[in-house]
Amino acid sequence: MADPLLEIDSITKRFGGFLALDRVSLRIRAGERLGLIGPNGSGKTTLINCVSGALPTDAGRILFEGRDVTRLPAHRRTRLGIVRSFQIPKPFASMTVLENLGIPLEYAGLARAHGAGAMEILTMIGLDAKAHLRPSGLTQIEMRKLELARAMAARPKLLISDEAMAGLSSAEVDDILAILFRLNEQGITIIMIEHIMRAVMRFSERVVVLDAGNRIAEGTPAEIVRNPAVERAYLGE
Amino acid sequence: MKTRGALAVGVAVIGLGLALAGLGVNPYVYFAGYVVLQYVVIATAWNVLGGYAGYVNFGTPAFFALGAYTSIFLIEALRAPLPVLILSGGLVAALLGLGIGYLTLRLKGVFFSIATFALSVVLQTLIINWEYVGGAKGYTLIRPPVPFFRSWGVLLFTLMVALAVVTVLVARTIERSWIGRGLAALRDDEDAAECMGVPTLRLKLFATTLSGFFLGVAGAPFPYYVTYVEPSSAFDLNYAVNALAMPMIGGTTTWLGPVIGAVLLGTAQQVATVTISSELNLLIVGVVLVLFVVLAPEGLTGLVRKLRRR
Amino acid sequence: MISWDLVANAVVAGILLGGFYAAVSLGVSLTFGLLDVVNIAHPAFVILGAYAAYMMNSTLGLDPILTGVLFTPLFYAIGAGVYRIYYASFERRGEESLRGLVFFFGVLFIIEVALSLTYGVDYRLVEAVYIGKSIELGGIGIAFRLLVPCVVGLLMTLALYLFLSRTFYGRAVMGVSQDQVALRLMGADPVRIKTIAFGIGIAAASLSGALLITIAPVVPSTDRDYIGRVFAIAVLGGLGSIGGTLVASIILGVAESLMATLFGPSWSLAVSFGILLLALAVRPAGLFGR
Repeated sequence: MADPLLEIDSITKRFGGFLALDRVSLRIRAGERLGLIGPNGSGKTTLINCVSGALPTDAGRILFEGRDVTRLPAHRRTRLGIVRSFQIPKPFASMTVLENLGIPLEYAGLARAHGAGAMEILTMIGLDAKAHLRPSGLTQIEMRKLELARAMAARPKLLISDEAMAGLSSAEVDDILAILFRLNEQGITIIMIEHIMRAVMRFSERVVVLDAGNRIAEGTPAEIVRNPAVERAYLGE
Repeated sequence: MKTRGALAVGVAVIGLGLALAGLGVNPYVYFAGYVVLQYVVIATAWNVLGGYAGYVNFGTPAFFALGAYTSIFLIEALRAPLPVLILSGGLVAALLGLGIGYLTLRLKGVFFSIATFALSVVLQTLIINWEYVGGAKGYTLIRPPVPFFRSWGVLLFTLMVALAVVTVLVARTIERSWIGRGLAALRDDEDAAECMGVPTLRLKLFATTLSGFFLGVAGAPFPYYVTYVEPSSAFDLNYAVNALAMPMIGGTTTWLGPVIGAVLLGTAQQVATVTISSELNLLIVGVVLVLFVVLAPEGLTGLVRKLRRR
Repeated sequence: MISWDLVANAVVAGILLGGFYAAVSLGVSLTFGLLDVVNIAHPAFVILGAYAAYMMNSTLGLDPILTGVLFTPLFYAIGAGVYRIYYASFERRGEESLRGLVFFFGVLFIIEVALSLTYGVDYRLVEAVYIGKSIELGGIGIAFRLLVPCVVGLLMTLALYLFLSRTFYGRAVMGVSQDQVALRLMGADPVRIKTIAFGIGIAAASLSGALLITIAPVVPSTDRDYIGRVFAIAVLGGLGSIGGTLVASIILGVAESLMATLFGPSWSLAVSFGILLLALAVRPAGLFGR
């Protein structure tokens, strides 16, 4: 791959005696739609935490646009364009929906690039009617949308969506998928972590599978579905 | 209200203070007023870190006393004038804030709080053993003839009016700025704020330093006010509790809360000290604090906001 | 010149003190380490226990440690009650950090001031058979008023360790800090488990308070001296590790004792604070931390 947008080079992460990531390497092309799957506890969220800067790595490097960001704190990475949404939404409870977007916009988005303003993003995602409400007044799916909207306000180059669709209905999943497709069309590289296979298969150009901290498979959705190692990882021997 | 408007109000308040000073009312008014205004500064300063950022400082006495004892040191060493004392007291306390912050703010907020409490006890021990500033025996200040004003009581009162106005204006400016918004984000959810581009560590250190600065400023004129300073009075636990209770009662998310809390609770305490024992007074403050934290955590301003929304 | 005798005595006294410090810190290791509740008021409950022992000793002549044991059920109930209020007001709403801390600080303050009002600010002490006596072992004097609390402290540590590792409720307490869902599936109610754990923590305060007043006279403000100590031990020992708490307590005890012998008693508090800061800066997970 020539000049990847993100290069994860042999990342290792331990929690006490537990090896969460074992020399995981990955390269992501600009504009790519990558699906990251694996059974529970395989290290997906840990990997995301390391990439976004929420967790320090024990070994390995992370390069973004050719630049070594391994030692950068999370807020600096966000400003460079690496943005993640949280699996369990973490809104700013004391602020309105609009103000929630104001934070990443002010602190990361505006400095970095031109793009949609807060209200535009809310309209695009379907939350404009609730712009002046507190997050406590939102439904589950609206909270997930707020997470995504907030990530968008940071004007990302790379967006990491961490299980944004868990527990949603089929129609709601399609809703979120449509938004992600639209973002990708605008040029944003997207890594999707999901358990909902239908969404991953539809969305991803390439799928990477993690199990017990190791990368065990990689390929197109069609290839992954037929891969015996993947089947073993999910179903056991 | 635009900043210019706020400034105008601030100047007007100082003007009022001066007018009151000129009236020459019962000296007790100036003494009590000084204490209440001192608490406005303390409560507002505490709230910059506690209310805006969500980091609880239990060691207010450490910062306040540091301001007072920096003054004593400079009076002894250089016969420094009051303005220098105030600035220096603030700066030294600010450094303490920065230091403690740097050591503990990378960890959970809880450790910062515990460290500030322990800090108070240790600093008091250090001061007790420092003979130059009086040590355990205390320090007596002989005030020079009072410049410009009728009496020291009046001068100090007016000074505190000015300091209170400045502190509140600074807090208000920060609250409405991008810094204030960042602090609110990190108070609501620090991890999310960091991932949304907010430099949380830097903002926390800023809040700790600023908060420390104004706490030190509040303490710097203390030697002039009491003329006899001993460690137990400068490190009085009263300051720790009131610094918490006043913003809690008034409301922690806005600059108005500490002001309301300080005026209400401060005045009540001044009245109470005359009528009931100071210890019972303290007990009541403690109980009121717990009641507010449990039943009305958003304080009076929060209650008003809730009523308005109905 | 520093005499070997002096140092040896200081070290032994420090070890004995450490056993006592372990008793005082057990409650915090439990509540802060395993339950994630920052009960900054714990030292105030210890002082409360000390005054309870004083009261029973001066009116009825009861042995302080006996009082400490007798009052355990009462303190357990108080602890359970306080936790319920804490849980209903803060934990359930997910606002633990700021408000919970302030709540406990308020409780600390109320206890201290209430004791001031009731008993005044004079030092209070107790009298018991073993206070004032000492024995000599190899040239080192061991005071009984230090030895007895140390032994009791070690027994308490052992008892808590056995409780946590061998009994159902104890293991449930260990479990509640790690996985609440699994606990629920096992049929145990996390809130109930936490209430029990918190109650035990405060009950330990009762007994350690009795030990405290055995070692030295107390005033209501003595609790402040212990906040730094207790949390320094909790952090250094690794939150939630009973063995770690004991080791850290002894380290602190010896450090303080040496400091007091060589530089004077007023510096002993600086020691605990210094250790706290050092532990936080270097290894926040503690010596035995999870």
